Amino acid sequence: MALENINEKLVVSESPHVRSGNSTAQVMLDVVIALTPALAAGTVIFGFRAIFVTLVCVLAAVASEWIWQKLLKQPITVGDFSAVVTGLLLALNLPVTIPLWIAAIGSVFAIIVVKQFFGGIGHNFMNPALAARAFLLTSWAQAMTTWQQPYADAISSATPLAIMKGGLEEKLPTYLEMFLGNTPGCIGEVSTLAILLGAAYLLFRRVISIRIPATYIITVAVLTFIFGGKDGFFKGDALMHILSGGLMLGAFFMATDYVTTPYTKTGQIIFGLGCGILTSVIRIYGGYPEGTSYAILLMNVVAPLIDKKCVPKRFGAPKEKKFKLAKGGRN
Amino acid sequence: MNMSEILGRMKFTGFGAKTFKGGIHPADMKADTEGKEIVELEPSQEMVFPLQQHIGAPAVPCVEVGDRVLMGQRIAEAGGFVSAHIHSSVSGTVKAVEPRMHHSGVKINSIIIENDGLDELCPEMQTKDWKKMSAKEIVDVIRDAGIVGMGGATFPTHVKMSPPPDKKIEYIIVNGAECEPYLTSDHRAMLETPYEIIEGLKVVMAVFGLEKGYIAIETNKPDAIAVMEECAANEKDCTIEVVRVKTKYPQGSEKHLIKAVTGRLVPPGKLPMDVGCIVDNIDTCAAIGRAFLYGVPVIKRIVTVSGDCIENPANFRVRVGTNVEDVIRNCGGFKKTAAKVIMGGPMMGVAMVSTDVPIVKSSAGILAFSEDMLYERPRQNCLRCGKCVEGCPMNLLPNIIKEAVVAGDIEKVEKLNVMDCIQCGSCTYVCPAEQNPLQFVRTGRAKLAAKAKQEVKK
Repeated sequence: MALENINEKLVVSESPHVRSGNSTAQVMLDVVIALTPALAAGTVIFGFRAIFVTLVCVLAAVASEWIWQKLLKQPITVGDFSAVVTGLLLALNLPVTIPLWIAAIGSVFAIIVVKQFFGGIGHNFMNPALAARAFLLTSWAQAMTTWQQPYADAISSATPLAIMKGGLEEKLPTYLEMFLGNTPGCIGEVSTLAILLGAAYLLFRRVISIRIPATYIITVAVLTFIFGGKDGFFKGDALMHILSGGLMLGAFFMATDYVTTPYTKTGQIIFGLGCGILTSVIRIYGGYPEGTSYAILLMNVVAPLIDKKCVPKRFGAPKEKKFKLAKGGRN
Repeated sequence: MNMSEILGRMKFTGFGAKTFKGGIHPADMKADTEGKEIVELEPSQEMVFPLQQHIGAPAVPCVEVGDRVLMGQRIAEAGGFVSAHIHSSVSGTVKAVEPRMHHSGVKINSIIIENDGLDELCPEMQTKDWKKMSAKEIVDVIRDAGIVGMGGATFPTHVKMSPPPDKKIEYIIVNGAECEPYLTSDHRAMLETPYEIIEGLKVVMAVFGLEKGYIAIETNKPDAIAVMEECAANEKDCTIEVVRVKTKYPQGSEKHLIKAVTGRLVPPGKLPMDVGCIVDNIDTCAAIGRAFLYGVPVIKRIVTVSGDCIENPANFRVRVGTNVEDVIRNCGGFKKTAAKVIMGGPMMGVAMVSTDVPIVKSSAGILAFSEDMLYERPRQNCLRCGKCVEGCPMNLLPNIIKEAVVAGDIEKVEKLNVMDCIQCGSCTYVCPAEQNPLQFVRTGRAKLAAKAKQEVKK
């Protein structure tokens, strides 16, 4: 007597028979949720134009991905929300005064050139939003560095980092103003509070780990404290450096991008260190006031190399000499 | 509440529990059955005893068609040193010796016994006093009882307990981690028959002349920890330590349990005995205990029946050889259409082709899943998120192994230590892009094995 209520052909597959339920779309959606406070803060501080810029970026990113895949008869992947994240991140890295057509070009560049040319999601070697920002910065330097005063429809002279670079420390806003976002800057980078809210959500949901952001921010703090002062070592204003520019946004949302950062734990710490060192060097000694984008982009390029050298030790294997860098890694 | 009370309560949280690096935290799904007492189940009319219920050589039948057999009587002899005896779990008549469907999906030569329902006991089943026996005699009793690793590996226990003389055993660890989701059979055994487990542990300790033994239990089973600690405290002539281990998958993996309890690492390709450890599953230990307390061989085991299709999820004490369909029927059958039926846990169990198969010594669970539980989603591009790397308990790189297997680079696959994989499935479980690295690891292992075979031929 056979059992009732059973499929005639049972599904037979290899173990494991259950899944965590996590998906690419879920990860991306979490990032979108985590970025909402930063966008909201940007809108409150700079006005509704922030929303328009964001909408243009997101729409341009999604549309260019859809059209590209349609033209090349590839499976459409806009449903994984990764293009939405790219557009959103790019918008948050733009000044609110940016002409909308420049913003749109940035999105198209990010999706087509940085992401799709290399094989789509998972295959890009640089963070698309950051690469697009760098591209816009070199192409339209004037438009990309025209900052609006917070809570006013007036053009500001300079961001806090530019003020520091110019050596006019007395003109700097207070730490509280910096923390809340009451300074000129890109839409999503000004309010540290909003960024931390989003970051806390991502950490809570275990979408990102604290390894990269922590090493990154601590490295910048230490280096700017030691070398950032005008009159000698150990006199830099580390807190001002942490709160200003794109460091927070970069550390929590760009330097934690899965695709372009190391997947090994040690690799992630090295990556954070590298980003911190490069950011500090550019900020203190470089020509640009801000170094976050270039630091992360440069580290993106070496991420695969870092992974190659950070293969975790085999479970149960005897202890080897540390820092054995000769004779290539396993992968 | 004073300090000692606070500390006492902390014992039942994950705080301070021992563990290993890596691993994952799947939803444990144990709530359906962890409160269900073990129910004795009636055997089937026709009992099927596959001759291969263990790792090693198949057993050789020692009864003939038409013979009358008694409950507990040996019906097949171990086919070598690495093999195990098989006993009848009912009294009745041998109907046939023929290939029958096994849960692995292939037909395996089996002894079929028509149950007469009398449960006439075999007179050979006698209480044995291990305290008066030599180590060799104890191991012989374990061998005669047909005991194998009942957690799923089915390695013959008497072989495990006969290490070469140069290997000194210092740790005996009872594996009460039960880290597979859904399964609660070991949990219930610890609550209901702790004395059998303690007895079994003491027997194993006696074989190696040890004064101390360990029982490792995950902190999600505070009641089991309490019961076992109480029992351990009553032991006067030896010390039994209950070790709390973190609730994490695969905490019950032999090598990882050894790491958590002793801090020792089993080197790749080596066995626990190489670092002086022996790990036995809860049900295995209880079987050893019963072999001495009552003289019974392995004729019953505890089975958790659960999953979203099962009407009344339950824990049963089932006779080996009972038809799985009878077991499911005793749970009230399916409430939803079953699409997948698994023997074992959801992480490492085997999806069955048919439910018309017998319960064997290693069947810790029967899980029935409906369509809703099946995941059907396309494989997406790898995001390099590293969740598989972070989760792998063996510190492998599942994502890179997958790439190498897809590329057909066998040398690279070998260099990536693919043979270290314990096939726990953590990588596949956590992957957001449905990469299923484990599937590629298995392909890689098969290709490596084929290559090694070819080289031997040359």
